[in-house]
Amino acid sequence: MILSNLILPLIVLFTVGYGFLKKIDLYDAFVEGAKESFDMVFTMFPCVLGMILGINLFLESGILNNIMDLLNPLFSFFKIPKEIFPISIMRPISGSASLALLNNIFTNHGPDSLIGRIASVIQGSTETTFYVITLYFGCIGIKKIRYALKVGLLADLIGIIASIVVVNIIF
Amino acid sequence: MVNKIWGSFIIIGIIFCIINNKIDVLNKVILESGKTSLDMIIKIFPVMALWLGIMNIALLSGLIDKLAKFLYPILRVVFKDIPKNHESLSYIASNIITNVFGLGNASTPFGLKAMKSLQEINPKKDTASRSMITFLVINTSCITLVPTTVISLRMYHNSSNPNEIILACIIATFISLVGGLIIDYMIGRKYR
Repeated sequence: MILSNLILPLIVLFTVGYGFLKKIDLYDAFVEGAKESFDMVFTMFPCVLGMILGINLFLESGILNNIMDLLNPLFSFFKIPKEIFPISIMRPISGSASLALLNNIFTNHGPDSLIGRIASVIQGSTETTFYVITLYFGCIGIKKIRYALKVGLLADLIGIIASIVVVNIIF
Repeated sequence: MVNKIWGSFIIIGIIFCIINNKIDVLNKVILESGKTSLDMIIKIFPVMALWLGIMNIALLSGLIDKLAKFLYPILRVVFKDIPKNHESLSYIASNIITNVFGLGNASTPFGLKAMKSLQEINPKKDTASRSMITFLVINTSCITLVPTTVISLRMYHNSSNPNEIILACIIATFISLVGGLIIDYMIGRKYR
């Protein structure tokens, strides 16, 4: 826990210290970089809006609860909280969708609950595999992706299992 | 993919809400989604700005380049198919380091350059090469030292310690990275 809290200050110290020794215009660099966040927020907003609308409508319909009830024996057998199932499925497909689901989990269970922590680690440790594959392969004209999706999704699955196990051990 | 999922979420959601007689909830959900997403974005924004500011210092001072050089020997072992001193390795290294520091905007151009230079040494231009797939695995299960969006969302929901998940994230990604590389190596060998 102490280590987790040290990582952020140490990176800031190291980065600013290094820039100081290299005699670059530290403050200007910081301001210029922070400015980029406006662009990012503006491009993110429509995606998050769309995904929150879609996800919340879908969740409200109650279908997911029916699916999860079916899978419940499986989850309880492995002692996995079933609430993390939706975010695990959506995480490789859309970053905005899984962020919307994370927001829901925090609202319903709180960020410091077991479920909240596992969902945080899943969101923080895996990537939108589908998006990356579409973007990178689309850009260079690759049509046959061979086993790329299989390996990418298996790596995500390992990441999700690892998130559950690691949170259970650390906290 | 995303288009179909999103469309079916909305269609299924609305139809089943009407069937289950939850029309009042339905109106609320549609109208409130704007507010919820704006709230979320506003809460993520400050931490993101802060982090991008700090990381721009790392970029301009040459720290990112320096760290990328440390990765070279390791990448040489992982990407055996890439000829020695080929420029793609340096793009891959920069992509990984920018990813590690959560610089999504800076890392995508490096990733695209890496893919383009891998395409130059790819014998079949419409088929993904083994190195390309290995690079994708590294890219999608790359360690992020500080997951800023998650941390700021935790802050917004009054977590008593928003940062406490950092170490767990690093360990979990490391496991998925190693696992992904092992699977990639084993499947890649079969496809030869």
